[in-house]
Amino acid sequence: MKLSDSLLSAVSSLRANKLRTALTTLGIIIGVSAVIAMVGVGKGAQLRIEETIQGLGENVLFVRNGTSVAGGVRGGANSKISLTEADATAIIAGAPSILIAAPTLRATGQVIFGNTNWFSTIYGVGDTYLQARDWQIENGRTFSTNEERSSTKVAIVGQTIIDQLFLGQDPVGETIRIDRIPFRVVGTIRAKGESSWGRDHDDVVFVPLSAARSRLDVGKRYRGNLVRDITLKARSADLLETAEQEVTDLLRERHRIRPGAPDDFYVRNVAQYLKARAKSERTMSLLLAAVAGISLLVGGIGIMNIMLVSVTERTREVGLRMAVGARRIDILVQFVTEAMAVSLIGGAIGVALGLGGLLTAARFGDWPVVISPFSAVIAMGFAALIGIFFGYYPAHKASRLDPIVALRRE
Amino acid sequence: MSVPIIRTRQLCREYLVGAQTVKALIDFSIDIQHGEFVAIMGPSGSGKSTCMHLLGCLDTPSAGEYHLDGQNISSLDADALAGIRRRKIGFVFQSFNLLGGANAIANVELPLVYGGVSRAQRLEQARAALDSVGLADRGHHLPAQLSGGQMQRVAIARAIVNRPALVLADEPTGALDTQTGQEIMALLESLNRCGMTVVVITHEAEIAAFAQRVLYFRDGRLIEDRSTSGVNAVTATTLPKIGEAHHEAQ
Repeated sequence: MKLSDSLLSAVSSLRANKLRTALTTLGIIIGVSAVIAMVGVGKGAQLRIEETIQGLGENVLFVRNGTSVAGGVRGGANSKISLTEADATAIIAGAPSILIAAPTLRATGQVIFGNTNWFSTIYGVGDTYLQARDWQIENGRTFSTNEERSSTKVAIVGQTIIDQLFLGQDPVGETIRIDRIPFRVVGTIRAKGESSWGRDHDDVVFVPLSAARSRLDVGKRYRGNLVRDITLKARSADLLETAEQEVTDLLRERHRIRPGAPDDFYVRNVAQYLKARAKSERTMSLLLAAVAGISLLVGGIGIMNIMLVSVTERTREVGLRMAVGARRIDILVQFVTEAMAVSLIGGAIGVALGLGGLLTAARFGDWPVVISPFSAVIAMGFAALIGIFFGYYPAHKASRLDPIVALRRE
Repeated sequence: MSVPIIRTRQLCREYLVGAQTVKALIDFSIDIQHGEFVAIMGPSGSGKSTCMHLLGCLDTPSAGEYHLDGQNISSLDADALAGIRRRKIGFVFQSFNLLGGANAIANVELPLVYGGVSRAQRLEQARAALDSVGLADRGHHLPAQLSGGQMQRVAIARAIVNRPALVLADEPTGALDTQTGQEIMALLESLNRCGMTVVVITHEAEIAAFAQRVLYFRDGRLIEDRSTSGVNAVTATTLPKIGEAHHEAQ
């Protein structure tokens, strides 16, 4: 018997029992859609973390200014400015896990070129900051040591600035104005793109820290050598926690904070936070995997059950098929094909439901999802395997029937 | 005479029922020639069903030999027997045994499906078989849309679609009224006239009357072998040994 004939015969026998077939596929439908959802959510979460880490730079920690407390009123983040450029220098000297400590100022302001302007974020940084955050120079060059030291009015701009002010033309050598102060563009930054939740990494202008301090308004808030934050790069991912501890200890000592008193700064370990999130998303994935596994198992047993009923019901048919010349293998293949057809139908509906769910989640929810055709193929293959596995025993039973007994069965 | 289509020698079939051995068929020896129309008669439990199962290659004998169309099939395994059934035997059952979900053509071409015949050829052969039983216009009807007699005709078409050497009909009229039964028997008779060997199992003398030769069974033994031309001997001693078949053929 040819496979196409087995398939036709399977489909016609399934159509004879539409409701039964539909109910039998239910477990497979749920299982397969859970597999699709699991892979989509899992991959989405992973992608989001990778994107975020890429946006941040690898192994990066941030030290932010702490909170002022005046008469019981807490000022919120960055209300008590205590971090200094000297802190950054001390961290490099005193925290062995830290590779880079880059003090930064951050301002927002109107950036003007010719008769166009754009509201953007201006970072006062050194070249080490660009290294820590994995910002690559695309065109031109980075800041020289001399420029960093002598408050030279130079700038490096991101892709969004190029698009908005220079209409995509190369801005190197042009002069832009920030807070009406002219800065010469010496370099451009390779685009990092948009993060998966819509933050534009490339809407930035970098100027030397010293220049930001002396030429821009932000310098009035951060007097002396105070800074807004210090960006740290640890030597490796394993050292992030150690680095956090080293920096905390060192800064507490430098800021003369008594034991028991709260820090006047925050150390933010974003990668670690992301890892915790990844863990919770992994839990979600595991949960879906469990649902998928149990549903597929129950679905498979359901198929086996129905196939056993079907074999019993169709004993005479089996007897007849044997009488007209079906070999055992023909009967076996026929019933296995039927079981596989049931689970493939379930698989197809499951894939459709799973993909529909993912698309809905991507559209209306905050879930980052990845839709991969590969997972649909895998899920269908798995459904087919379940059909074969759970269909085999009933089919084997049918193929071992004695034609005489089978023909006589009422 | 050529090699007989059926040649059995001391064919026995025993069943183990609990601790007891039941001898359903004892020392059955017979030659049936190509083109004969044979009826097997006997009361329930006489061994006629067992006989038909053995002749139909649905069962294997406990002892003795069975040559179908010159081929010794006494010791073949289940799959080999399936192949023999597919190529050489057509079955007609009392209860038709049509597949309810399949139309007449699909039912008729079933033996060809297992023979690996191409779809186009299957359809052609099935149509021809349906035509020869007078149901050319009912090919797309489901069994439920056909009368009992028509269903049995479809079953006969299925039995002959492969042009088998032997058609075995087990109580083919048992589920039909007398009139329809007569028609079915007339159909089998006409197939026989076209050269098909037909063996009918029945307990009705009227049905057996269509045959040229009637075998009577009782208590597992063939007790009478009567043909329209006279009564044949039923003892094996008068039959040639299997090895002598070729001498006989000359």
